[in-house]
Amino acid sequence: MEKNNKQTDKTVIRLECITRNFVVGDETVHALRDVSFSIQEGEFVTIMGSSGSGKSTLLNTLGCLDTPTSGEYYLDGVSVRTMGKNSRATLRNRKIGFVFQSYNLLPKTTAIENVELPLMYNPSYSSSARKQKSIDSLVAVGLGDRLNHKSNQMSGGQMQRVAIARALVNDPAVILADEATGNLDTRTSYEILVLFQRLHVEGRTIIFVTHNPEIAHYSSRNIQLKDGRVVDDTRNEHVLSATEALANLPVDED
Amino acid sequence: MNIVNLFKIALKALSNNKMRGFLTMLGIIIGVASVITMLAIGQGSKNSIKNQIGEMGSNMIMIQPGADMMRGGARQSASSMETLKLVDYESILNETRFVSAVSPTVNSAGQFIYGPNNTPSTIYGVSPDYLEIRRLSIGDGSMFTQQDIIAASKVCVVGKTVVDKLFPNGENPIGKVIRYNKIPFSIIGVLKSKGFNSMGMDQDDMVLAPFTTIQKRVLAITHLQGMTASAVKEEYSEQAINEISELLRRNHKLKPGVEDDFNIRSMEEMLTTISSVMNMLTLLLGSVAGISLLVGGIGIMNIMYVSVTERTREIGLRMSIGAKGRDILAQFLIESILISVTGGLIGVLFGGGLSLLITLAAGFTTYVQPWSVILSFVVCTFTGVFFGWYPAKKAAQLDPIDAIRYE
Repeated sequence: MEKNNKQTDKTVIRLECITRNFVVGDETVHALRDVSFSIQEGEFVTIMGSSGSGKSTLLNTLGCLDTPTSGEYYLDGVSVRTMGKNSRATLRNRKIGFVFQSYNLLPKTTAIENVELPLMYNPSYSSSARKQKSIDSLVAVGLGDRLNHKSNQMSGGQMQRVAIARALVNDPAVILADEATGNLDTRTSYEILVLFQRLHVEGRTIIFVTHNPEIAHYSSRNIQLKDGRVVDDTRNEHVLSATEALANLPVDED
Repeated sequence: MNIVNLFKIALKALSNNKMRGFLTMLGIIIGVASVITMLAIGQGSKNSIKNQIGEMGSNMIMIQPGADMMRGGARQSASSMETLKLVDYESILNETRFVSAVSPTVNSAGQFIYGPNNTPSTIYGVSPDYLEIRRLSIGDGSMFTQQDIIAASKVCVVGKTVVDKLFPNGENPIGKVIRYNKIPFSIIGVLKSKGFNSMGMDQDDMVLAPFTTIQKRVLAITHLQGMTASAVKEEYSEQAINEISELLRRNHKLKPGVEDDFNIRSMEEMLTTISSVMNMLTLLLGSVAGISLLVGGIGIMNIMYVSVTERTREIGLRMSIGAKGRDILAQFLIESILISVTGGLIGVLFGGGLSLLITLAAGFTTYVQPWSVILSFVVCTFTGVFFGWYPAKKAAQLDPIDAIRYE
């Protein structure tokens, strides 16, 4: 697989000593303890960890859905910790693209309408600009021929592609994928990974949260979490090609 | 986020669940339709009673002998009091400004006979002005004249019912002589039919004759049993009553402080009384219908509440891609307002149609008042906001982290 040549020195995400505590009853649960790292523009980072390692909390923090108890989080140079609910909503709308495990598409709604949803909450887009952006996005994920298919008329892989198109449509600073291949079969998972790798090559910053260690082989960097701490942060020098992996898969019988 | 997009989102959400939306709407449709229909029935019957009174003469004033109040002992029947005299009639006729017409009334009820046929009816001794006062008109023949009054002629004008009873074979009654109390009256005219009035009285069951004839030949009295007059206009009924009252007190030489020995009532007064009763009835019907509107509103709240729970993940998604709490609040509020206003619109049409149907099928007069339509609309929007608020608030307060993974 070719080296990503668009990685720059621009820091998209900077975490400084992030802690996040939850008070449950009388006990305090330390979900994140002193987590610090930076992610440069154009990186494809997998965040791994077993259940309870704090990766969901980290994802929520990175996605500006949650604010840390202490420490600083800069997204694209903006400090998030002190932001209010509404400004974080706007920040999510402009800077972040979410891809969820269960797609979270609106039911009975066409691909275009699903994809243009983030732009609906951005008043600077006209309805025609919105439509054009959505079509471009869908074409980019290879669904140019499925524009008006409704979500219940599509396969899991197609639905996840629509969700990725939705995450791309606002040109986010970072794409946050939460177990994005978790609900898909092996073949479709590789197809989605191919797509993520292509987006990576195009210069997108991707953070992929997963508990599946295999996916780490296809990313450019892997951060390992355990008990709320970063225990491993390594650059992947031998990025595998998902396209090849897909080609080597045994062909389905049926 | 702009309001147009919010409307698009809300419309889209509603169209995804058409059946549910319609069923929710049904409560509002029935509520509004019943409010409109009930108010239309109330207003319709009020109008029809008003019209019927108007036909009888809304500016009519009735003058009767005897005080309005009972004084100690037994009250005498009005006709046995002899306080109203011919001179009173003449003063009212000549000395008033607000009275356009006046007629004495002396009545006698009994059997009318023509050949082998007979019928019970009432003969009214009146002056020719009576036609104008009671809004009667001659269909065939002519009314008796002032000459007949002076001469106390034995002529009469008969109503349709009396004609039908006495001349069942369809003979022309004009010129025929009927008998009442052994007194022969020759028919010189037939009244145009007016049918039944709102109290169910047959307005065609009457015979009119010169009052002098009835006084002298039938009742053998010199006083008047009563008088009927018309104010120049309905609005001047009050002034006309005052004027007549002054004249009568003067004629009867009543000192100040002494009670009237007559009493005067106007149709306008009766109209006011009837109107207030009808308003009460309309209010009653309307509030019963209003309760069904309320129940419809609670239906909206129910469905919106379920909808919020069911769409928790959608709400979570919207929030994670940048919807603010107030966007979610607005979306659900707009949804409930759209349901209630659309329901209201259909309800107005439905209620209007129902009112029309009632008029056509049951013969009830109905009248859809413009204000009741506007009121229903305002109430509907208010219902949408009021009952949509709580579920929408609940939706807006969801935590996106929990909502997005809600199962």
